[in-house]
Amino acid sequence: MIEIRWHGRGGQGVVTASYLLARAVLSEGKYAQHFPEFGPERRGAPVVSYTRIDEEPIEIHSGIYEPDIVVVIDPTLLFNVETVLRGLKKGGSIVVNSPSPKQELMDEAGRREAKVYYVDAYRIAMDVFKRALYNTPMLGALIKASGLVKLDSALKAVRERFGGEVAERNVEAIKRAFEEVKLA
Amino acid sequence: MSGNKVLGLSGNEAVAYAIKQANVDVIAAYPITPQTIIVERLSEYVNNGELNAAFIPVESEHSAISTCVGASLTGARVFTATSSQGLALMHEILHIAASLRAPIVMAIANRALSAPINIHCDHSDIMNARDTGWIIMFAENVQEAYDLVLQAFKIAESHEVLLPVAVNLDGFILSHSLEGVNVLDDDEVSKFLPKRQPIYPVDFEKPVTYGPLALPDYFFEIKRQQAEAMEGAKPVIERVGIEYGKLSNREYKPIKAFGMEDAEVAVVALGSSVGTLRAVARRFRKKGRKIGVLGLTLFRPFPREELIKYLEGVKVLIILDRAISYGSSGGPLYLEIAGVLYRSGLRPIVLNVIYGLGGRDLRPSDVEAIYEEGFKCAERGRAERELLWVGVRE
Repeated sequence: MIEIRWHGRGGQGVVTASYLLARAVLSEGKYAQHFPEFGPERRGAPVVSYTRIDEEPIEIHSGIYEPDIVVVIDPTLLFNVETVLRGLKKGGSIVVNSPSPKQELMDEAGRREAKVYYVDAYRIAMDVFKRALYNTPMLGALIKASGLVKLDSALKAVRERFGGEVAERNVEAIKRAFEEVKLA
Repeated sequence: MSGNKVLGLSGNEAVAYAIKQANVDVIAAYPITPQTIIVERLSEYVNNGELNAAFIPVESEHSAISTCVGASLTGARVFTATSSQGLALMHEILHIAASLRAPIVMAIANRALSAPINIHCDHSDIMNARDTGWIIMFAENVQEAYDLVLQAFKIAESHEVLLPVAVNLDGFILSHSLEGVNVLDDDEVSKFLPKRQPIYPVDFEKPVTYGPLALPDYFFEIKRQQAEAMEGAKPVIERVGIEYGKLSNREYKPIKAFGMEDAEVAVVALGSSVGTLRAVARRFRKKGRKIGVLGLTLFRPFPREELIKYLEGVKVLIILDRAISYGSSGGPLYLEIAGVLYRSGLRPIVLNVIYGLGGRDLRPSDVEAIYEEGFKCAERGRAERELLWVGVRE
């Protein structure tokens, strides 16, 4: 089973990113579980969402405390490296929204033997949406970094969720991040 | 046989989808977190013509359930959904629905009761309503929420039963989790749930009276019949579970058992925790530890005989309660099972765990600690403490 934790801020589509990944996984005939962490709904406050993926039916319904992968949608959350990396499994992966990951993150990831993947989702979002919408670019980056689902499955999930022009913009953002993500 | 169509649905969406397929006639509901999305989706289905039902928005849950009672007496197929304070506000009418033998299906996205106000899961809402005369079922995951809602209509509307059914799904943990759900085709559901055939519908041509005064001369007999109806529901529930299994390849029984063939330590619980308990039990089993898990799908009528069948040979029984019965010797499920055990003559060591109130997560590490405590008790042959509070700061 692969467990993923998504970090972002209220209003950034953190829950949607996790939801789309789960839909993509399901469309490939595998098992998935997606669940948000609910508190008071505050725009701009840190929020977390979770995805579980498995070849077998998923029975567990507790939170995720030792993720295999952490995705950081909002770059400002990287000021608190400890929080976003909490519980990350040794040898796990972290996918961040950054033009170049900071030394502090690399050091902490190194201690955990974690791989760091990065993509400048800000640039992609401004090019594609003209707005700082990072969630779908980070989904594209995660898919490339992890190989968890096929790109086409994610694009299909996006088209089912949004439709029309909005879907196509998100498709473009996912594709670009998929191409541009790098291993640090 | 179907079962190839998998949709990614949250618990709430899965319930709404099942209700649409069940082709209900009347929905009356009032929004409350974490149930809101159920009725939100249903209002969309009605609005866009996918479901031909009367959607009656009301000003409170008291009115919602009152509307459902009236609609059910006319012979309609009826649904509502609620949570927490909403269920509490329905309370007096819950009794009336059951006493009038009005089949209604209600989904409850379980949520803690105030105060302090909280929107997250525990079972205090339904346990507060456990003696209202409703059939009570618990879903372990989103698939079960979908499956149980469909079965609930078949049970409720059966002429051998004619009682309302509450299907519980853990608030947020299931109501807002997306999982893959195997859905039936619409026409398969139509065959499984043909149009309701009421016995004594309200009919202006043939007037009848529902709910008149019954004083000491008759009240007691009516209550005795109601108790009998609840017992009589058991074989129907079992039959419907088997029939649903033939249709969906997912047979339902009042109790789901894992590892009970040779379990020394057994744990019993309701709702989504059952899956977490089983996942951890699988790890214990790999190490040769003899743990078993019992998940109760049915809570009312309580599956007494079925439970006892599993408990022969169990040294330690751990009962998990996601609710408190204040001032009693344990949680509601503990009290229930203690009574069953006493009559059976079986005397395992019994531990009662109170956990998860107000959405406090039951972590796999909590479950491991609970199991270890169980094995320690089995070794010692006694329990040092019979009531354990797990996951709480003390």
